[in-house]
Amino acid sequence: MIKRRLNIRMSGLGGQGAVTAAHVLAMAANRDGKFSISNPFFGAEKRMAPAESYCRIGIERIYDRGELVFPDVIQVFHPQVITMGKSYTMPFYSGVKEGGLVVINSDQELLSTDDIERLKDLNVKVFYIAGTELAIEVAGTELSTNMSMIGSVAGITKCVSMEALDGALQERFGKKFVASGGTASLDEAIKKKFAKKEMLLAKNLATVKAAYDIASAWAEKNQYELRVGNPAVAA
Amino acid sequence: MADIHSVIGTKNKKGQTYTDTWKLMNEAPRTPSFFTGSEVIKEALRRASCDVMIAYPITPQSEAAALIGELFAEGYIGDYFRGESEFAVMSQCAGAAFGGARVFTTTAGPGTMRAMENFPMWSGARLPIQMIVTCRGINSPLSIQPDTLEIAYLLNTGMLVWHAETAQDFFDWILKGYMVSEEPDVHLPLALCCDGFFVTHTKDVVNLTPADMCLPPYDPYRSPVPCMDMECPPVRMMRDPFVMKSNYISYATHASWQQEIWAAVERSRKHSIHWLNGLIDTENTDAEIIIVASGTAVSQGREAIRLLEDEGVRCGLVKVKTLRPWPEEEIREATKNAKHIFVPEFNVTGWLAKEIKATISNPERVHAGPRVCGGMTMPPEIIVSEIKTALGMKTFSLAGRGS
Repeated sequence: MIKRRLNIRMSGLGGQGAVTAAHVLAMAANRDGKFSISNPFFGAEKRMAPAESYCRIGIERIYDRGELVFPDVIQVFHPQVITMGKSYTMPFYSGVKEGGLVVINSDQELLSTDDIERLKDLNVKVFYIAGTELAIEVAGTELSTNMSMIGSVAGITKCVSMEALDGALQERFGKKFVASGGTASLDEAIKKKFAKKEMLLAKNLATVKAAYDIASAWAEKNQYELRVGNPAVAA
Repeated sequence: MADIHSVIGTKNKKGQTYTDTWKLMNEAPRTPSFFTGSEVIKEALRRASCDVMIAYPITPQSEAAALIGELFAEGYIGDYFRGESEFAVMSQCAGAAFGGARVFTTTAGPGTMRAMENFPMWSGARLPIQMIVTCRGINSPLSIQPDTLEIAYLLNTGMLVWHAETAQDFFDWILKGYMVSEEPDVHLPLALCCDGFFVTHTKDVVNLTPADMCLPPYDPYRSPVPCMDMECPPVRMMRDPFVMKSNYISYATHASWQQEIWAAVERSRKHSIHWLNGLIDTENTDAEIIIVASGTAVSQGREAIRLLEDEGVRCGLVKVKTLRPWPEEEIREATKNAKHIFVPEFNVTGWLAKEIKATISNPERVHAGPRVCGGMTMPPEIIVSEIKTALGMKTFSLAGRGS
């Protein structure tokens, strides 16, 4: 399926970097010459509380803002989004569009039989990736989980190029970035995990790439396509 | 006496060139940048030749306030400090403006409400302070999410009130706002509002003017009332106010002063039209259906219009840029062909729809909605659904969140 607009909803927990992931993805899409915007939605900034962010990527100017009520892609950054209902919606996939995609960061099945049935009715594909384990393995820290998630959505939908992601990561982490106190302290935390800034960038990019390859292979194997483009031209 | 024209072409201490504002806004090259609204506020301030910024943290304006602190550290702002509360901040802003400074501050939601007493005082004292209002919920239970109810409270303060749709509006209007505010026949504070998060926390492409060009400085001697000079304080105004008297002349003074403030709001009209290229923007106003909105509701309206187009329904758009001055004639003209006028809003009371109903003929044409409140998002689909329902067209039932 080729769509003029790809709406991506990232449901995570405070501290996981869902907000940063949406920003980086949107920055990369912008670098690729596409139209994109990203924005977060959260309550009080605290660890493990529900936090959502949204990234919209398209081939024409995007005006739509705010919570993404009808997404094409839903990314679940943490099992508790599903198991403990840490989501702004119940169920977490509420509003997902037909033919859409759910990416779940887990190495085990988390959906109930009912959920599986309902998503099947909507022709929504579910892709599991052990994103946190991958982050620990490649980057040496679970703080890079959001990189696994970025790589997953990019690998399946090709909505952004690896080259653009590299540039976006450098832009985001290569210079001083002032946001809220919470974001600033998290930035400091992740910087302390790496000896040098270059190392941080390299390891994070490697995590994105590893997830990209796994996700890309999955999409190919399952013959699943969800792209941003002009459907008229593609047809 | 300072003459701002004499500084044009010269450099400030940061090496920025004081540039004619019209040239800066309309002729200088622009660089597309991918920024959050908060970052854009910072970039506008970098170019604003601002003397004093006073900050107090409250979501969703805290990032912008903190970023301007960074600007101060870099040397772009004359002075910067944190007040004890929003009430203190707005009072301190008044002091700085009385003293002849170009003043900037940012607030949101409960902060706006807490500081409210100061706003009619600012306009009464003719202080051209610029205040960014990143709207959020003001009610209990506590909400930090976008909700534009606080704008309704600002409409009768005598401040200029503008409602930005995007970060690009923010960038341009912060700089242009000072030009309108500081005109001697206006000289009023400006509340430059946006919907919090939807603008402040959203990354979008914004075209920025060169960082090495800045506004000419504020000239306090263009004030229509004397600026506060501590060697020559206006004691009769401060210590012996008319309110203490109870006679005809005191009432007449107050009445004429209030009339003068609102006359100044009216006089800002011509300057606002000049700088903002009109008080409203319009698209396809020959359509029978028109969406009239301000702020983020305009953006959601634009998406709804695209969806309606796909279904063969033609719909026009009116973007209200200034709420004060109120574009009465413009809205009347733009909606004269419309059979149905929809006013999507991010607040529970529908204050914009009420203003429009009070402005146009045949106000039963106004459908005061859809409205969301308390921080809810307004998906374009619900605007489409509202319009189709009103037209008697079949609409799908929206499987909203939580279904």
